[in-house]
Amino acid sequence: MSTQKVIHGIGHAVKRKEDPRFITGNGRYLDDIKLPGMLYLAFVRSPYAHAKIKSINVEKAKNMPGVVAVITGKDLQALNLAWMPTLANDKQMVLPVDKVVYQSQAVVAVVAEDPYLAKDAAEAVEVEYEPLPAVVDPRKALEKGAPIIREDKGTNHVLHWEAGNKEEVEKLFKEADIVVRQEFYYPRIHVAYMEPCGVIAHYDRIAGKLTVYMTTQAPHAVRTVISLVTGMPENNIRIISPDIGGGFGGKVYVYPEYVVAIVASIMTGRPVKYVFSRSEDMQTTAFARDFYITGELAAKKDGKVLALRVKVIADHGAFQGDANPSKFPYGLFTIVTGAYDFKAAFVEIDGAYTNKPPGGIAYRCSFRVTEAAYTIERLMDILAHELKMDPAELRLKNFIPSNKFPYKSALGWEYDSGNYEAALRKAMELINYEELRKEQEEKRKKGELMGIGISSFVEIVGAGPSHIFDILGIKMFESCEIRIHPTGAVIARFGTRAQGQGHETTFAQVIADELGIPIEKITVEEGDTDTCPYGLGTYASRSTPTAGAAAAVAARKIKEKARKIAAHLLEVREEDLEWERGRFYVKGVPSKFKTIEEIAFAAYTNPPPGLEPGLEAVAYYNPPNMTFPFGSYICVVDIDKQTGIPKVRKFVAVDDCGVRINPLIVEGQIHGALAMGFGTAFLEQIIYDENGNNLTGNFADYTIPTAVETPKWITDQTVTPSPHHPLGAKGVGESATVGSPAAFVNAVVDALAHLGVRHIDMPLYPWKIYKILKEKGVIK
Amino acid sequence: MSKRHISLVVNGKKVEADVEPRMLLVHFIRDVLGLTGTHVGCDTANCGACTVLLDGRAVKSCNIFAVQADGKELLTIEGLAKNGQLHPIQQAFWEKHGLQCGYCTPGMIMTAYWFLNRNPNPTEEEIRNAISGNLCRCTGYVKIVEAIQYAAELMRSKEVKK
Amino acid sequence: MYPAPFEYFAPRSLDEAISLLEKYKEDAKIIAGGQSLVILMKHRLARPKYLIDLNRIPGLEYVIEGDEGIRIGAMTRMNDIAENEIIKKFYSIIYDAAINIADSLVRNMGTIGGNLCHGDPASDMPAAMIALNAIYTVRGPKGERKIKAEDFYIDTFQTALEPDEILTEIFIPKPEPKHGSAYEKIKRRVGDFAIAAVGASISVDENLRIKKIGIALTSLGPKVLKVDASELIGSIANEETFEKAGELAYKTAKPSSDIRGPAEYKKDMAKVLTIRALNLSLKRILGK
Repeated sequence: MSTQKVIHGIGHAVKRKEDPRFITGNGRYLDDIKLPGMLYLAFVRSPYAHAKIKSINVEKAKNMPGVVAVITGKDLQALNLAWMPTLANDKQMVLPVDKVVYQSQAVVAVVAEDPYLAKDAAEAVEVEYEPLPAVVDPRKALEKGAPIIREDKGTNHVLHWEAGNKEEVEKLFKEADIVVRQEFYYPRIHVAYMEPCGVIAHYDRIAGKLTVYMTTQAPHAVRTVISLVTGMPENNIRIISPDIGGGFGGKVYVYPEYVVAIVASIMTGRPVKYVFSRSEDMQTTAFARDFYITGELAAKKDGKVLALRVKVIADHGAFQGDANPSKFPYGLFTIVTGAYDFKAAFVEIDGAYTNKPPGGIAYRCSFRVTEAAYTIERLMDILAHELKMDPAELRLKNFIPSNKFPYKSALGWEYDSGNYEAALRKAMELINYEELRKEQEEKRKKGELMGIGISSFVEIVGAGPSHIFDILGIKMFESCEIRIHPTGAVIARFGTRAQGQGHETTFAQVIADELGIPIEKITVEEGDTDTCPYGLGTYASRSTPTAGAAAAVAARKIKEKARKIAAHLLEVREEDLEWERGRFYVKGVPSKFKTIEEIAFAAYTNPPPGLEPGLEAVAYYNPPNMTFPFGSYICVVDIDKQTGIPKVRKFVAVDDCGVRINPLIVEGQIHGALAMGFGTAFLEQIIYDENGNNLTGNFADYTIPTAVETPKWITDQTVTPSPHHPLGAKGVGESATVGSPAAFVNAVVDALAHLGVRHIDMPLYPWKIYKILKEKGVIK
Repeated sequence: MSKRHISLVVNGKKVEADVEPRMLLVHFIRDVLGLTGTHVGCDTANCGACTVLLDGRAVKSCNIFAVQADGKELLTIEGLAKNGQLHPIQQAFWEKHGLQCGYCTPGMIMTAYWFLNRNPNPTEEEIRNAISGNLCRCTGYVKIVEAIQYAAELMRSKEVKK
Repeated sequence: MYPAPFEYFAPRSLDEAISLLEKYKEDAKIIAGGQSLVILMKHRLARPKYLIDLNRIPGLEYVIEGDEGIRIGAMTRMNDIAENEIIKKFYSIIYDAAINIADSLVRNMGTIGGNLCHGDPASDMPAAMIALNAIYTVRGPKGERKIKAEDFYIDTFQTALEPDEILTEIFIPKPEPKHGSAYEKIKRRVGDFAIAAVGASISVDENLRIKKIGIALTSLGPKVLKVDASELIGSIANEETFEKAGELAYKTAKPSSDIRGPAEYKKDMAKVLTIRALNLSLKRILGK
């Protein structure tokens, strides 16, 4: 790393540029924004999961103090807006006309002068429901005779999707010495970012312009969708994504409440704000996971894996709203072959509608990679236990060797680079694996329960190459526009939108590294569709792979022009110049140079003849491939035999995301994602009863980890650059949420494996473990 | 509902206002005083994003009515830095990367402020217990704990310098 | 997040507060720390027309040690209770229970009186009070009366407190010289209500024979439950006796299944935690 300290280019753990406003309480989150004349929305929400709407009476509400308007589904229907398209080519109710399809669904909107009055009036709305039987289990939803939720579809079956080679897999299964089969449930969870979702819609009647402040991770895509749905020209729509308090995929969606706010603003001519309460957010915004998985793995008796077959039933909720790239209705689940050299694999997924809110893609899932990594890493451990082989040994035996990259997987992905063995060995060394296994032996003799769980995951991020990726037809490139001012300062704008990932610092570091300008002189902006170039936003760990690349490409375009200017200033040919971060100098004559600052000034004061003045560039980066970060995690767990309470004693995480732009920020991402994996494994589940009532719909009942439960993480790295990325970097934001749940579950199951336990579904509540201990006679 | 007159000291300055009894203190702080650094993160008093100091005690302002703050002293995140100088806790959070999205940060800092003033040399366990009422989804708490440890160091050395 | 409208009173004396309660009866609610009440009001599950704030009444926050025992003012904040050295040393169960309630921010406002009067079977403090044979003093328009903690809890969210009465003081009799107590709680995570919790208190003689024993259960029934362990008086405080106590707790527990766990698990935990609480109590006696 040869960057001068003062520039803070790639590799520096420099403190973040965006922090001053956050640490002083001057962040500008959606709810902080106040516009003159602003009105507030409150929603009447359905108590039932499934019910006909018999009548709605808004007369009392309309006449309450401070009420400006009341909007029902019928009002929207008259504007052809009672339904809206989803990101998955389905449609979704904005406000219902005939029936409600999930508990807490928004039914009627009240627009009032202040949120207290809006809530008072919402209470005065009278809705008469006729409850219908609720469908809560997607497997039951697919059975004959199940109540139909979507009359417009006539079926509860959303779709059937397949990938891979069914016949080849069947053949290999017949040849196999051993087949392990396991059912897993990946529970429905909610990412519970600290800032609830919100919107302020402002339709300016005079200018004919709609400005929408929105907690969104993808402002440009939202703008285009609004234009297509409303017919308003895109130049008259501005989406502003202000500071966002955590997104993690849950803020990619356009929620019905946002559309209602837009309609209300158009109706009243005034800005209209709506911020979800935490309960409303927990109960209606995008859920994550909810996959019923059956995994089968065929192998030889020496442990060499042959084939993989996975069947999934997916719970979509009442609408298919998954925010997936259009050709991948089940995201990148096909990464399920993981780090291992499978000869063949086959996946089939069936989706079902249920009486729950839509979503599916959220909570750092990387487009369903969380579900895939969990499946394969659990199966590998089950195979290891079945063969009485050490789980680390089994993995080492089956890893794709480091000299086989780029590697084409059985399900069609070309992995760019990887060294899975190095990561696992490093993790084993850090945690003293051999000693731990010895300790486990000793403890078992004494009847103590200790488990070690490994997860060696492969991630796939950076959506994505044009020939396979698009969202609603829009290709998933990413953009960066850089302009250098006369005095050598920079403004760079991107189509991404950070929600805590530190882009204002990391992208500045990329540009600093390319151009030799210190990061203090580089401003990075995101989130305003009027000024930022078109991009697909920040989610699925795509920003460094795509926007980071775009920044490098744009900076290199600028460097090319800078070379021309330098040649002109130094009166030499372009080929005679050498670049050293921050300046061009004449080959062999280092005392003859021009700094980038001098070049920038010259771009405006003394440009070469025939060359346009100014110094800027735009890059729309179409990634040639995805990037494939990976890692190995090892978890040690002790179980209290009396209560079944599991405790994580130690957790080592070795991550490889290629080149790290800012090591401090990368570490922070990993820590946070590990905590989410921990919550997933031990604490979190959205629980519905058989009538579709959400039993965990607030922060008291849905338990995300606090600082007390969250273990201390030991993190380390290997570095295997991406060969196709301009910086050699891969994404990393979601790796730990992808990889860690299996490590936790593998550890707990490993603690009980000698009793014959094969699997326990998440979340690993103490009473689940206790029940097993009782059944196995460990507790009398 | 008739409004009640309250008068209190906010970040060192006297404030008078008329509020409905049902107005929550956090709404008073954000919407009447315009101090939006204190955040709303939940509706069951779990998340702590709304933490402020009321008469020197760290409390969840979403779970108190504004009328109850009559006659009291209120300290919010905006009141920590003096004359543009960051408080050591703020400095520590910045240097140790103790924040990502920043939403839980004001609450964390206010709790840390209350805690470190009573326990200037805490163990890691004591720190984690102290912030158990402040939820964070981004950081996994590791660097928040490091920040508070570092803040304690900075504050102790400041004391020594005095 | 937006409570329903109400009228607010901040009386300066107990008498004033009581006459307001007398006047407005079921339409009124008192607010102490507010940490349970305000949440209910934010969700409009509680909508008192009149809110009577006790926080301006002087003389209700205190912890006073006397010859007979300890007197705690009902408005004493939970954190002040947790930080009181006498309580930590001689009434350890109260300390254990206090630090298990919510988090330190909630404890800065929450009062012991509030936690005792809410009538929530998941409130932690009632079990500690029952185990210690505490006596509550309540005051109403007809004057003062004393109620034993074990007689105070009637049903879920139902206590012996009349609508026009206010809890003013808790008295805990001075423990014997060889006395130890503890509160054991298992929960999904910090700040959560208990999956199951047990408070225990024992006094022994020089031969470790049990002279007094008090056990109570949190989140293990429709209300806090006292375990009748009187048959163990005279037995030696040892593993066998504690096992019996655990069995009694198991029999007494009447938990229901919910998101915090199945009833069978909670019942088993009643026994496990009783034994743990008694073991810790004994350890504290021997440590002295």
